[in-house]
Amino acid sequence: MTHAIEIRDLHKSFGRLEVLKGIDFSVDPGQVVCVIGPSGSGKSTLLRCVNLLEQPTSGKVILEGVELTDRDVDIDAARRRVGMVFQQFNLFPHMTALQNVMISQRRVLKRGRAEAEKIARDNLEKVGVADKCDSYPIQLSGGQQQRVAIARALAMSPDLMLFDEPTSALDPELVGDVLTVMRKLAEEGMTMLVVTHEMAFARDVADRVVFMDGGVIVEDGPAAQVIGDPQHERTKVFLRRVLDPTHTDNI
Amino acid sequence: MTDQSTTAESPGPAGAPPGRTKLSPRKKQQISRAVQYVVLVVVAVFLVTRIEWGSLAQNFAKSEVASQMLPDLFTVALLNTIIYSVGGFVFAFLLGLLFALMRLSSVRPYRWIAVVYIEIFRGLPAVLIFLFILFLPLALPGFEVPGGTYGQGILGLTVVGSAYMAETLRAGLQAVPKGQLEAARSLGMSYSRGMISIVIPQAVRIVIPPTTNQFVSLLKDSSLVLFLGVSGEYVELTKFGNDTASTFANATPLLVVGVTYLLVTIPLGYLASRLEKRQMKGR
Ligand SMILES: Nc1ncnc2c1ncn2[C@@H]1O[C@H](COP(=O)(O)OP(=O)(O)OP(=O)(O)O)[C@@H](O)[C@H]1O
Ligand SMILES: [Mg+2]
Repeated sequence: MTHAIEIRDLHKSFGRLEVLKGIDFSVDPGQVVCVIGPSGSGKSTLLRCVNLLEQPTSGKVILEGVELTDRDVDIDAARRRVGMVFQQFNLFPHMTALQNVMISQRRVLKRGRAEAEKIARDNLEKVGVADKCDSYPIQLSGGQQQRVAIARALAMSPDLMLFDEPTSALDPELVGDVLTVMRKLAEEGMTMLVVTHEMAFARDVADRVVFMDGGVIVEDGPAAQVIGDPQHERTKVFLRRVLDPTHTDNI
Repeated sequence: MTDQSTTAESPGPAGAPPGRTKLSPRKKQQISRAVQYVVLVVVAVFLVTRIEWGSLAQNFAKSEVASQMLPDLFTVALLNTIIYSVGGFVFAFLLGLLFALMRLSSVRPYRWIAVVYIEIFRGLPAVLIFLFILFLPLALPGFEVPGGTYGQGILGLTVVGSAYMAETLRAGLQAVPKGQLEAARSLGMSYSRGMISIVIPQAVRIVIPPTTNQFVSLLKDSSLVLFLGVSGEYVELTKFGNDTASTFANATPLLVVGVTYLLVTIPLGYLASRLEKRQMKGR
């Protein structure tokens, strides 16, 4: 079986700063994988390398059997199959929620207006913001904005969804709505790679959890094991601090 | 201890010198205001008594002359001013956008070309540019600016405006958060599609207030069409005012034309600052 994503010996440097120091891992179709780790460990960079928002310095990114790092690959076509949800939502502020969800269907997939609008409305309904179709992003709460952003990605019918700390910019009481949508997606069998600090979500929803630190994967295993019974000292220290913020161990 | 001794030695500015009545700050303010009013009244009285109002009115506000200017003032002169400046503005905007994108291009020669163009045409006086255009047929025999007189005027204003416009638009493009293009790319849009549908529309919104001001300054610069030797149906406000003033040997037309400019420029300036304020609030 081909992996949904396969990453081989991925390195990424910004100038002289090496952020990813040889990453190997894969996600199978239908799997939900959560990436956890301290700030600056390279989680976002890893995610951004998966859809080549960041050009890897070396190594391979293989999406459904197609090597994206190959120069001859049509990267725009490949990205259509990968949805991405950002920490800061990145909705298009000059468009309504509905237009946000329609624009790339119309411009990239060349869907007709009626079809694109129907798909947009269906997806906005799915994430629970059907009543906000005509609102501009500035008129929406953070939780609503993030759900529109999820709908926008889903409207492209991706095979795979990337989430980069989708709830980190939200007020605590709005986090639940977004996580509920993500749970539902996972149950429907969407392949998901999620960078998150929500340990409960990782434990309950993820098939696997990957712990990153200092640009390498320290631990990769079933969610219950990595979070419930970590094998490595660095993982233990990190989890202790995340699960009990008053703990002041140095990482 | 040292602290105390130093403060004791130097009397603070508030410390009143002994033996002199001190004015309170409020009293000082009152006096200063009274002096300002007195100066104002003296100047006004001087102007009213010394200026020959009769001859001034005869020269600058002669209603017979002013009425001779209608309706051409609006149907020809103002209309042409607007044609020249809107035309110049549209092309300056498009050319400016092109140079702004080149300035931000990852292709180095494009960046150089844009920098050279911007530096040259920001640094030259507008009059000189119009004179260049006037002499263009001499430099390039057989060459004619398309659109005739209108074409020449619009070309001049395009060149004058485009370098500034390029810099304004570059700032606008850079003010759009990087995440916007990333979101567009992650949805499968190409770079150019993302720029056209997502980044440029936002940049244009950001630069609406400064470009409104640039339109006002192009409108004023349209008076330089004078140097192209236009006549008849092509005259714009300044040339029209100048010609009429010569005909009647009277300065009234200049005043009338000046007021006509202000009828357009003041509301536009007001609009620009309104838009700017609204944008500040939206952020
Ligand atoms: N474009 C860039 N240029 C230079 N350095 C960068 C760039 N992007 C990231 N870095 C650096 O790479 C390192 C890893 O960043 P990254 O954003 O991947 O970490 P992270 O694990 O996502 O952290 P966080 O939990 O804070 O989001 C950081 O030291 C960061 O400063
Ligand atoms: Mg991050």
